[in-house]
Amino acid sequence: MTSPFTELERAGGSGAESAQAAALGSGTPSRGRVLRVLRRDVGAMLALSYIVLIILMAVFAPLIVSVSGWGPLEFDQSAIDPNLGGVPLGPWGGISSTHWFGVEPGSGRDVFARIVYGARVSMTIALAATTLTTLLGVTFGLLAGYFGGRTDQLISRVMDFLMAFPALIFMIAVLSALPAGNRSTLLVVVISVFGWPYLARIVRGQAMSTAQREFVEAARASGASGTAIVFREILPNLRSTIIVMVTLAVPGYIGTEAGLSFLGVGVIPPQPSWGQMIASSVTWYSVDPMYFAIPGLFLFLLVMSFTVLGDRVRAVIDSGEAR
Amino acid sequence: MARYLVNRVAAMAGILLLVCLFTYAVFFLFSPDPAVQICGKTCTPERIDQIRDNLGLDQPFWSQFLTFLKGIFVGRSYGDGVSAVQCSAPCLGYSFQSSQPVTDMMLQRLPVSATVAIGAAVLWLLGGVSAGLLSAVREGTWVDKTLTGLTLGGMSIPNYVLALVLQYVLVVRLQWLPFPQAVPFSDDPVQWFLNFVMPWIVLAVGYAAAYTRLTRANVIDTLQENFLRTARAKGLAPRLVWRRHALRPALTPVVTVFGMDFAGLLGGALITETVFGLNGVGKLAADSIAKNDQPVIMGVTLLAAFFVVIGNVVVDLVYTVIDPRVRVGT
Repeated sequence: MTSPFTELERAGGSGAESAQAAALGSGTPSRGRVLRVLRRDVGAMLALSYIVLIILMAVFAPLIVSVSGWGPLEFDQSAIDPNLGGVPLGPWGGISSTHWFGVEPGSGRDVFARIVYGARVSMTIALAATTLTTLLGVTFGLLAGYFGGRTDQLISRVMDFLMAFPALIFMIAVLSALPAGNRSTLLVVVISVFGWPYLARIVRGQAMSTAQREFVEAARASGASGTAIVFREILPNLRSTIIVMVTLAVPGYIGTEAGLSFLGVGVIPPQPSWGQMIASSVTWYSVDPMYFAIPGLFLFLLVMSFTVLGDRVRAVIDSGEAR
Repeated sequence: MARYLVNRVAAMAGILLLVCLFTYAVFFLFSPDPAVQICGKTCTPERIDQIRDNLGLDQPFWSQFLTFLKGIFVGRSYGDGVSAVQCSAPCLGYSFQSSQPVTDMMLQRLPVSATVAIGAAVLWLLGGVSAGLLSAVREGTWVDKTLTGLTLGGMSIPNYVLALVLQYVLVVRLQWLPFPQAVPFSDDPVQWFLNFVMPWIVLAVGYAAAYTRLTRANVIDTLQENFLRTARAKGLAPRLVWRRHALRPALTPVVTVFGMDFAGLLGGALITETVFGLNGVGKLAADSIAKNDQPVIMGVTLLAAFFVVIGNVVVDLVYTVIDPRVRVGT
């Protein structure tokens, strides 16, 4: 099992292996029980709080920025030292009561505002990509697994093909070749096109084994159509697998978006993104370490929170099945 | 076995052909007109037409694609007459921006990428597998819990963030490592080696974390198998139980994943090479993206796909050797 984005994302990929193992029993513990166990788990709760915090930050970005006083695109020439090439004035990268996280060296833009608006980009792209990947992955996985035969052959070949692709390089190539237009949408589409086989492969395997069970046979005998069986009988049984896979996929996509922006083919400036901020901090890291530390920490914590949460959800579902 | 091999190789060739076709189609459809690029800023429409005609860019898609494919096997020349450039097989295109065949450019860079990949692979295999074994043997203790926590962190830190942190701490603050600068091995082996230390660590951390988890999970699963209970019950020394019965099935999945990961890295560790300024295939790709040098980007994509597909086959073959459950019927 390798992830599509070899260098960028391992979290989603390696999680998938165990998610597969976890959900093979395909009994689903009740939602209530999962939530009850998770609520007692300090790590999971911390991770969840951080994710909620970032989501709130993204949703209320304009409001937060109006309180903090500086917008993400406003230049504050008084906060940087023009004689030193634009190094922020004051210690810790120019952190002060006006600029809570300091300012961007060279331009004097407010780092706090850019972090807040960057959260919007990260969250929107990661969640949209996850939604699209899940839709594609679940649909094709179910079709291949339930109908088998030619359908399965065709879908499986397409998956093999997409997984043989050096996705990161290809994504970069496509993104750099295409006109700049709507980059965010493009990012979502490109990430999803290369991402869905990893979910579909596991859904396919599970759909195949679920299709053999008695209740599916009963539904078939009572005259239910193929589509009805797939979506009403089989899909609900794959719920836990899908939940785990999805939670573990989100951090991968956040990392991918940030990575692509880091490489300069992601979100287009001046729209802020965390990856892009880290990329622009490369030239400044020795004189202004705070400028890379802040977006770096936010990104790291976000990816880690999703990973921890996914991991804990899987553990709970896992132990539920062992019982 | 022979028949299996032939089938696998045929499937591999098919996938590679598709990758070629797909990549070529995307670049054919989306890339800016190469003739305009070659022509430069001061350019007349007649000149563009001439270049287009000269390079066969006015041909339909299929015939251009076939010429490209033919170039891979027997080589080809771009243009004709005095201005023709030769591109010998395997010709993966010609970069007009740097006036070099793409294959040559990649072959020059490949040793660096291989060095990065091999060094990192050694680190992450040693680190990941031993941490995973330790974690599994001490399951549930504080050692296991600490390692599990560390792996979550290691998996979550984006490698360019880690690269900058390491660079800041080790080079700027502590000055344990010299500032990375490109030196050939023959000039200054020590500096050459030190240059690779950070890239190796940066690449290895994420993989090591993933391998720790994989090894741990597999070892724990294997220890619950019936054949191990039998081995223990018949009084085999614990050391022998491990060596003869437990390790092989527990580590088989690691081999699979390793083959794929390593193959993927040979096509260039784009981010790591870029951050540390190592002149590997990945940096070549990143630079070409910045310059919009499409033939090179396409070449690197194909090279990387080649490694991944070959890696897949090698892994399957190794599998039939090390896993007795997977024996190929003749």
